[in-house]
Amino acid sequence: MKFDNIIIGGGLSGLTCGIKLAEQGKKCAIVSSGQSAIHFFSGSFDFLGKLNGQEVKNPLEAIKTLPDSHPYQRVGVENIARLAVEAPLLLNRAGLSFLGKADQNHFVLTPMGIMKPTWLTLDDFTRFEQKNTFPWKKAVILNFSGFLDFHTLFVQDGLKKFDVDSQVKNFAMKEFEAIRRNPSEMRSTNIAKVFDQGEDALNEFAEKVNLLSEGFEVVILPAVFGLFNKNVVANLKSKINKPLVLLPAIPPSVPGIRSQIFLRKRFEELGGTYFLGDNVEEGTLENNRLVAIHTKNHGDIKLEADHFVLASGSFYSKGIVATREKLYEPILGLDIDGDTDNEKWLDEKFFNDQPYMHYGVKTDSHFRALINGQPIENLYVAGSVLGGANALKEGSGAGISVLTSLHVAEQILK
Amino acid sequence: MKKEKIEPINISENNFEQCVKCTICTVYCPVLEVNPDYPGPKQSGPDGERLRLKDENFYDESLKLCLNCKRCEIACPHGVKIGDIIQLARIKYSKKKPKIRDMILANTDIVGTMASTFAPIVNPIVALKPVRRIMDTVLKIDHHRMFPEYTGMRFETWYRKYAEKKQTDFKKHVSYFHGCYVNYNFPQLGKDLIKIMNAAGYGVHLLEKEKCCGVALISNGLIKQATKQAKHNVEAFKKSIVDKNMPVISTSSTCIFTIRDEYPHLLGVKNEEIRDESELATRFLFRLIDSGKLKLVFKENYKKRIAYHTPCHMEKLGWSIYSTTLLKMIPGIDFMSLESRCCGIAGTYGFKKENYETSQGVGKPLFDQIDGSNVDFVATDCETCKWQIEMSTTKKVQHPISILAEALDVEATMKLWQE
Repeated sequence: MKFDNIIIGGGLSGLTCGIKLAEQGKKCAIVSSGQSAIHFFSGSFDFLGKLNGQEVKNPLEAIKTLPDSHPYQRVGVENIARLAVEAPLLLNRAGLSFLGKADQNHFVLTPMGIMKPTWLTLDDFTRFEQKNTFPWKKAVILNFSGFLDFHTLFVQDGLKKFDVDSQVKNFAMKEFEAIRRNPSEMRSTNIAKVFDQGEDALNEFAEKVNLLSEGFEVVILPAVFGLFNKNVVANLKSKINKPLVLLPAIPPSVPGIRSQIFLRKRFEELGGTYFLGDNVEEGTLENNRLVAIHTKNHGDIKLEADHFVLASGSFYSKGIVATREKLYEPILGLDIDGDTDNEKWLDEKFFNDQPYMHYGVKTDSHFRALINGQPIENLYVAGSVLGGANALKEGSGAGISVLTSLHVAEQILK
Repeated sequence: MKKEKIEPINISENNFEQCVKCTICTVYCPVLEVNPDYPGPKQSGPDGERLRLKDENFYDESLKLCLNCKRCEIACPHGVKIGDIIQLARIKYSKKKPKIRDMILANTDIVGTMASTFAPIVNPIVALKPVRRIMDTVLKIDHHRMFPEYTGMRFETWYRKYAEKKQTDFKKHVSYFHGCYVNYNFPQLGKDLIKIMNAAGYGVHLLEKEKCCGVALISNGLIKQATKQAKHNVEAFKKSIVDKNMPVISTSSTCIFTIRDEYPHLLGVKNEEIRDESELATRFLFRLIDSGKLKLVFKENYKKRIAYHTPCHMEKLGWSIYSTTLLKMIPGIDFMSLESRCCGIAGTYGFKKENYETSQGVGKPLFDQIDGSNVDFVATDCETCKWQIEMSTTKKVQHPISILAEALDVEATMKLWQE
């Protein structure tokens, strides 16, 4: 089976890369071993939230001081600035409306009740310009009885620091009695499915919210609306008399899954082929080129392409694997940028910058993967499998995923 | 200091330890959406397995509500075989014996033989409303269900009479695992396959004796019988694949899935020697075309708008691309892809009275999409999906192989390789 480009990995990085290439008329395939980490989406994409422990105000300025090995530096500050403008437009064309700028972080309220700096926020969620104040002084935090994935007391505690007087109210609806019968499955996606199915539940819900929010300035709810139907959130906002702030709940994330579905749909509508639940088992290399990959499902029918992109994620997604003996890239055995001595992987102080977080697949300056120091001419690497950053500490995971994959797509399109 | 090698000693048969409790599987479970009595894939699968390994009394009969669509496995980012964990738990721990009804539904071979022998009598009788009411009350087979019609002349009989002789005229050969559906209900599909394969230059042969793949036996808990049939089939496949160097193809996605993946994993019947060369006809044809060894020529006047439905087991195999690519090669086809969702029937599952509502609830979004689609008909590779879609929507369903057979210019195609 022949494609122009094959992307290994179907997460945020693989999908943005695939969409960009497909938008240019390329025949693309994505091979994904399962559903991706977009299911854990908090509603925002971070670009650079913190640098050396300090909060970042202007990420585009701040990345200039990052080490040369950092993916942003390797893509180039100017390229990053240009791609950071392009990224939200690409997401927008997929039907996902994100707001925000890379030269000025805005803030979102986290479910822990703190303000976090971020880059792009989905229109479900509320963006704040100030980190120290909350625009409302009297808030009601509402939750569904039996929904255990939204920790209202954290939110309440957090709001106290902004001098916000808040009250937590739980309420029941008959539609959720059925889901509650099963204690472990009162999950955000199951709640969302009820509201997806029709207006009745949403109307009843909005009425209840309006009643319970009397005397308050703002309503705070978990983000459990609009799984397959993106109009639910706007619809709900129009029915509620007070401003509504949605907060991420414990994953799986409803807006995240919707984003995954929209991105995949966009990719497929552009003619892309998305192989879900398949694993790349090996690749055929000839003269420093990857000519084909073999997958579990397709067996002897190999997938061929002119260019390949490895966007397989980091340790969690098994893009790189660490055992007691070694650190390796499991599909092609690519060179790894990381310490071979496992004593050096960890810093014994848990909250310190952990060395292993920076590990990834080694590439040349064009982001091409290496084997024994030799670049594979047509295999590019994008996203968190690249390494070179501590995305968790920096708050840079989504930015690196999206921007390195757009950069790699440009290399291929050159 | 020399590093010690640590060998884990507590690895279970299934890889439930890989589950990180991300709950992504529960998002894609079609049953959970409509039937809250089902505990969901995570709880029934890896979570429950922990408890069951400790004490088998933790087994819960509600696991029978799983329709084994495997969509949880496809979604799982860590490759946990959630569906298999659930199936195996049912096999291992369920204390409920299969009912007479389950045996009737599961024994497609015996019932098919009897019903097709008396097809002119059986078909009208089982279609009668009062009969269906009685089956509903006595057997708990839901009265909404129409049994697929049984044929008067079985495919095997037709083949021996009209097709067998000609098959030796070809230089290349395959065996055909036709399955119960083609044999007892819908021989036309088998005839269509022979038409295409002959046009492609392949003689089509039957296995020495094939038995039902056993998928319905497995899901109804008749494991001993399923294992026996699986062993028989593997031997029959070996005679074709290993002895005669003839690959085995089939038109049923579920039969092939069962033979390739369920035999070794659920029944412990080894199939390494035959697995790679047991596949779907559409995949076989795709490979020939993709490698330039075959070219199909299509009629110019064939014009249809069709929607393709991906059956769950096709989704799990990852093979719908072969069927859809072949269909898209037909110049006169206006193709649309339906959202990949379970239709809800899951073999015999949807026939059971207790599952009827769940079954229709699961399928509803798909039915709505089909009814709103403005297509001439739906294409799909699974026979039970066909029954379900035809019963629940206004559209007819055809197998991709039948569509290809209808659109194919047989003579022009044959000319290309005869030259």
